[in-house]
Amino acid sequence: MNKGMHPLVMIGLVGAVTLFGRLLPTWTLSLATIAAANALISLGIVVLARTGNISFGQGLFYAAGGYGVALIANGWGLTDAVAQVIIGAVCGGVLGLVIGPLIARYSGIFFGMLTLALSMVFYGALVKSTALGGSDGFNVGRPTLFGIGFSDPREADFMLYAVSVITTGLAGIAATILFRSEFGLASLAVRENNLRVEYLGLSANRIISLNFVIAAIFAGASGAFALMAQRHIDPQFAYWTTSGEFVFVAVLAGNQSVAAVFVASMALELVRSFSNLYLPNTWQLVLGVFLLGVILFLPRGIGSLWVRDRRRKSTPATASEGTTKKEVVL
Amino acid sequence: MNFFLTIIVDGLIQASWLFIVALGLTLVFGVLKILNIAHGSFYAIGAYVAATVVTLVAAHRLPPSVGFVAMLFAVALIAAAVGLLLERGLLKMFYGRDEVVLLLVTYAVFLILEDVTKLIWGVNPIYATQPYELFGNLEFAGLYYVGYDLVLIPISAAIGFAIWFGLNRTIMGKIVLAVIHNEEMSVSMGVRVNRVYAFAFAFGVLLAALAGALTAPKISMQPGLSSDVIILSFAIVVIGGLGSVEGAAVGAILVGLARAASVHLMPQAELFMIYLIMAGVLLFRPEGLFKRETARRI
Repeated sequence: MNKGMHPLVMIGLVGAVTLFGRLLPTWTLSLATIAAANALISLGIVVLARTGNISFGQGLFYAAGGYGVALIANGWGLTDAVAQVIIGAVCGGVLGLVIGPLIARYSGIFFGMLTLALSMVFYGALVKSTALGGSDGFNVGRPTLFGIGFSDPREADFMLYAVSVITTGLAGIAATILFRSEFGLASLAVRENNLRVEYLGLSANRIISLNFVIAAIFAGASGAFALMAQRHIDPQFAYWTTSGEFVFVAVLAGNQSVAAVFVASMALELVRSFSNLYLPNTWQLVLGVFLLGVILFLPRGIGSLWVRDRRRKSTPATASEGTTKKEVVL
Repeated sequence: MNFFLTIIVDGLIQASWLFIVALGLTLVFGVLKILNIAHGSFYAIGAYVAATVVTLVAAHRLPPSVGFVAMLFAVALIAAAVGLLLERGLLKMFYGRDEVVLLLVTYAVFLILEDVTKLIWGVNPIYATQPYELFGNLEFAGLYYVGYDLVLIPISAAIGFAIWFGLNRTIMGKIVLAVIHNEEMSVSMGVRVNRVYAFAFAFGVLLAALAGALTAPKISMQPGLSSDVIILSFAIVVIGGLGSVEGAAVGAILVGLARAASVHLMPQAELFMIYLIMAGVLLFRPEGLFKRETARRI
């Protein structure tokens, strides 16, 4: 595969970005926290998209992580940020383990629709469950870290920023290692042709399921961050337009580079906050036009701007095969 | 007994407009192989345009029946224009790309239209109730129903029959079916596939907008309408099988009945039920109830 950075260099980079947060003004801190959390869940979508399947229902795991953490935080008084992230990841992961093998058999549109349906089942259940606050949701307290409470809002923001950047950074490093591994390459092969992968003696279903669980873990942890940042949770976490935004980030990023996911996520948050400021009510319009532009002009995502595309050199050999030139964007 | 009859009638009323929306979605998928996320937006646009026209007509002190007819014509005109414009101006560029890419393109269109409707009609709820009293009230099995609701049922049945007839019994329909089955072969037989695509997409938009117009007097138009409707119509076409007209009918009736039944029996479970049915159908018959599995190329 491509010769990339050494993992140690990446860890250093994550540390540098974390410390850089000390210099950032407060409003960018919370923005970056959300961007890092969104990058985490979108990274999961990219991981899954390497098998050729796009999940339109990551909100399910996002909400599962968020609600799991919120319930435990309120029930047992567990406020530690790191513990909350782990709980969120476990909630998402367990749900992913249940669902993954079931839907690994489906592909393309059916996969997308099924994930969307499942997340909407969850949404429907959450909206009507009065014990969980129904459509209003409920609040949770401020997170702490290793027994230290943060009364100064700036310190609290920085703590959250640090935890989210480090977690997402580590997830990114793990994903990079995964992409370069045999398993990661087999995932790409599933996207190209799952039947041929089966003939080679690998189980396409198992590969998809595993990637699905990884995506679910990332989504659950991301839900925990969103909860800590907003200190509030409601069923909107599971609504399909929430999932759509993460798909948007994943499409924008493409699957060429992990770093692209972070850039894309940050870009989305910047666009969102600036449109909120200058073009209220039209930020979805900006988003839509942006998305069309990316699909049209950068079909492999912004990652293709700096990652050389080796596959373009191989001429379309399947031209004789018929009607459509198949090109998958992610 | 009466209770069940109530559920069935309510379910059929729901099913009637859902069927029209789903029909558009399933036709577009059948012909263009696009699962159109923006379909709900066309429904919303239809509803908003209808509301505007109805209010305009009422402001001129014309009878509501004029408003009813005027709104249908206005919506048909605008929907056809929007559909043709989108297909020729935008979707055309993405043909031949992966189905999932087209899904994302329509998602982008959904996002754009969502804000465009907000810009034009604002974010406050809009009402257009004048035509709702048009057909009076009817007593049926000891209960009173609004005539307008009951009229929707034959209207949607007529639309469904017309489309079935058009597809299966006319030359035009046969050409469309040929394109559905094999686009390449149709081209070589001299069919102008591009024209069929544009026509089919515009027709799909028209159906969505028409359903929006027909339901406009019953509901309040506000942001979020489109995303709710698209989710419902997804459920219907997935249950029935993507691209199948009969499937859309059965799916609509199932979803309509499920909605009505849960409203009467278990209000907590309304949304939940529909997606549960959809997930269940997908798990056991991923191609939907009415679609035969097709061989794939290895």
